[in-house]
Amino acid sequence: MNVLVCISQVPDTTTKIAVGPDGKSMNPHGVKFILNPYDEFAIEEGLRIREKFGGTVTTLTVGGESAKEILRTALAMGSDSAGIIKDEERLDSYIVASSIADVARSMSPDVILFGRQSIDFDSFAVPSMVAELLGWPNISMVSSLSIEDHSVTAERDIEGGKETVSATLPCVIAAQKGLNDPRYPKLPDIMKAKSKVISEHPKSSAVRRVDVLDMKLPDTKRLNRIFGESDKELDEVVRLLHEEAKII
Amino acid sequence: MNILVYLEASSNGLKRSSSEALTAARSLADGSGITGIMFNGTPEAFSAAGEYGLQRCLNINDNFIEHFSNSLAAVAISEAAHANGANVVIMSATATGKDIAPRIAVRLQAGLLADCIELIPTGETVEAVRPIYAGKALIRVKPDTAVVVATLRPNVFTARKTERTSVAVETFSFASDKDVRTSVVIRTSQNEGTMDVAEADVIVSGGRGLKGPENFHLIEELARSLGAAVGASRAVVDAGWRPHREQVGQTGKTVAPSMYVACGISGAVQHLAGMSTSKVIVAINKDKEAPIFKVADYGIVGDVFEVLPKLTSKISAVTGRH
Ligand SMILES: Cc1cc2nc3c(=O)[nH]c(=O)nc-3n(C[C@H](O)[C@H](O)[C@H](O)COP(=O)(O)OP(=O)(O)OC[C@H]3O[C@@H](n4cnc5c(N)ncnc54)[C@H](O)[C@@H]3O)c2cc1C
Ligand SMILES: Cc1cc2nc3c(=O)[nH]c(=O)nc-3n(C[C@H](O)[C@H](O)[C@H](O)COP(=O)(O)OP(=O)(O)OC[C@H]3O[C@@H](n4cnc5c(N)ncnc54)[C@H](O)[C@@H]3O)c2cc1C
Repeated sequence: MNVLVCISQVPDTTTKIAVGPDGKSMNPHGVKFILNPYDEFAIEEGLRIREKFGGTVTTLTVGGESAKEILRTALAMGSDSAGIIKDEERLDSYIVASSIADVARSMSPDVILFGRQSIDFDSFAVPSMVAELLGWPNISMVSSLSIEDHSVTAERDIEGGKETVSATLPCVIAAQKGLNDPRYPKLPDIMKAKSKVISEHPKSSAVRRVDVLDMKLPDTKRLNRIFGESDKELDEVVRLLHEEAKII
Repeated sequence: MNILVYLEASSNGLKRSSSEALTAARSLADGSGITGIMFNGTPEAFSAAGEYGLQRCLNINDNFIEHFSNSLAAVAISEAAHANGANVVIMSATATGKDIAPRIAVRLQAGLLADCIELIPTGETVEAVRPIYAGKALIRVKPDTAVVVATLRPNVFTARKTERTSVAVETFSFASDKDVRTSVVIRTSQNEGTMDVAEADVIVSGGRGLKGPENFHLIEELARSLGAAVGASRAVVDAGWRPHREQVGQTGKTVAPSMYVACGISGAVQHLAGMSTSKVIVAINKDKEAPIFKVADYGIVGDVFEVLPKLTSKISAVTGRH
């Protein structure tokens, strides 16, 4: 069973976002970049599939030179090989998906694993787009997965419950938290990963379909009214919720 | 502008998120040029859509629906958009919407505007505002394509009824090869009778300040008095006090209710990521320096064990819910 795992490099969750000089992207100055947390579940699941069925795990990212760092993490976790599609700009989800689909066509994996969302742009888009470009089935928000012969059965989260979905291979899977507990890479493996070769693939010739016009920070003005816990003050809170906020 | 709105039926009509999508479509197109599309639409659902001004709805009755296949749903909606000359396809960013919208965008060679919180009509098409970086920034996006697919963040657009219209329902059959490669085997509702945080209009969430799972009845009681859903911080989900489906935040659900009440929650950035676009935020915390107060409209500095029972009875007195 050959598995392709797609991972993205994102700003650390605690990053303070500032608007860059172009007025439409984040100022990267001083920002720490990490492996997208959901993609750790995808890598781990790929390794488990290999442990069960044999085969290889290849990890792929679309990004700039610095994105090689997350590929080294994947290699240290146990990925057999890693590739980068050099595209510093990554202009929209469609371009990223097109580049991934091109590489997938040349590799023909049995399963492509993704995270449920990339926590930078939070589009939940790349996995379904890749599946559509390849004409494959996909299952998103997967919290449990089993593969047998030529089919997969997965549990996915939906509003107010779960559904069990089956699909044929080859297939695209997007991982939700709870799918597994990602392993921590061991120090010797981290060292070894440093010298592994990372292959480079050309980016897709697809053109952008969505343009970012501007970026701003949200207007988070809150009332910030603070009360104590006395009966009188709680009465006042309830009155304000009723009469001012008109919420109750 | 010619709009196609994908609508999801609920057990007694239309999902609220779909009513929101219809209202948003109406405000773009002044009520004209809007077509709905439903799978296995029910009379109740069509009638509910009429309350939101829909005049024409396509209905697809097909074998694949029973075992909903996302790829076929995308084929069906794309074909309907094409056949009707729709240049704007709108749906709510529900589990289904998020799953099928990217496929539809690829099929229609359309730009995908995901997770929109505002739609701005610009002549024949729309631009949108959407949050990125977990709501820490907003971008305005514009499609570079003739056709656009937009998904709307649930609970952000207000669903507004209008003069009821009668809905002309047309059966739509799609021609494509129905090669079903995914199918839903079982669908289970795990929290029968309780509300999902992602769909709730009011949410009361509890964190580690509650001290243990046995104290969450305090959260549930306040939630009941408000007709709210129960949410949780990751700390209490990881501790096994509450199920993962209740988790709000970066690795849980993103919510935008009319009111969010955070009880015994410190307000870590990853928690704020999931709830900071709530309309009104109330925080109860015994530490007046807790970061949650920075994003709160109404903050109560106090002990949850003191405050929650009192607040519940005071709110019950107003709402009549116990
Ligand atoms: C309208 C728009 C404009 C954008 N403009 C820019 C820009 O100007 N500069 C910029 O740096 N970024 C930009 N991006 C973001 C860029 O596309 C993201 O970095 C990311 O690659 C895709 O984001 P997404 O929200 O579509 O991912 P999602 O669909 O939420 O990601 C889901 C999964 O897909 C996989 N995946 C996502 N991205 C990658 C990747 N790059 N490589 C491999 N696998 C991946 C991961 O498994 C991830 O868990 C833009 C995104 C959008 C939607
Ligand atoms: C990658 C990543 C993703 C994450 N995703 C999420 C996520 O999705 N959702 C999420 O919530 N967190 C997430 N976290 C975790 C987050 O960083 C915090 O650890 C978590 O939100 C803390 O939960 P808490 O507020 O319940 O607990 P704490 O931070 O321990 O806060 C408890 C609060 O209760 C108050 N308190 C204590 N006793 C009382 C009392 N008797 N009365 C009133 N107040 C009292 C305290 O003053 C304190 O402020 C994530 C972290 C990482 C690294």
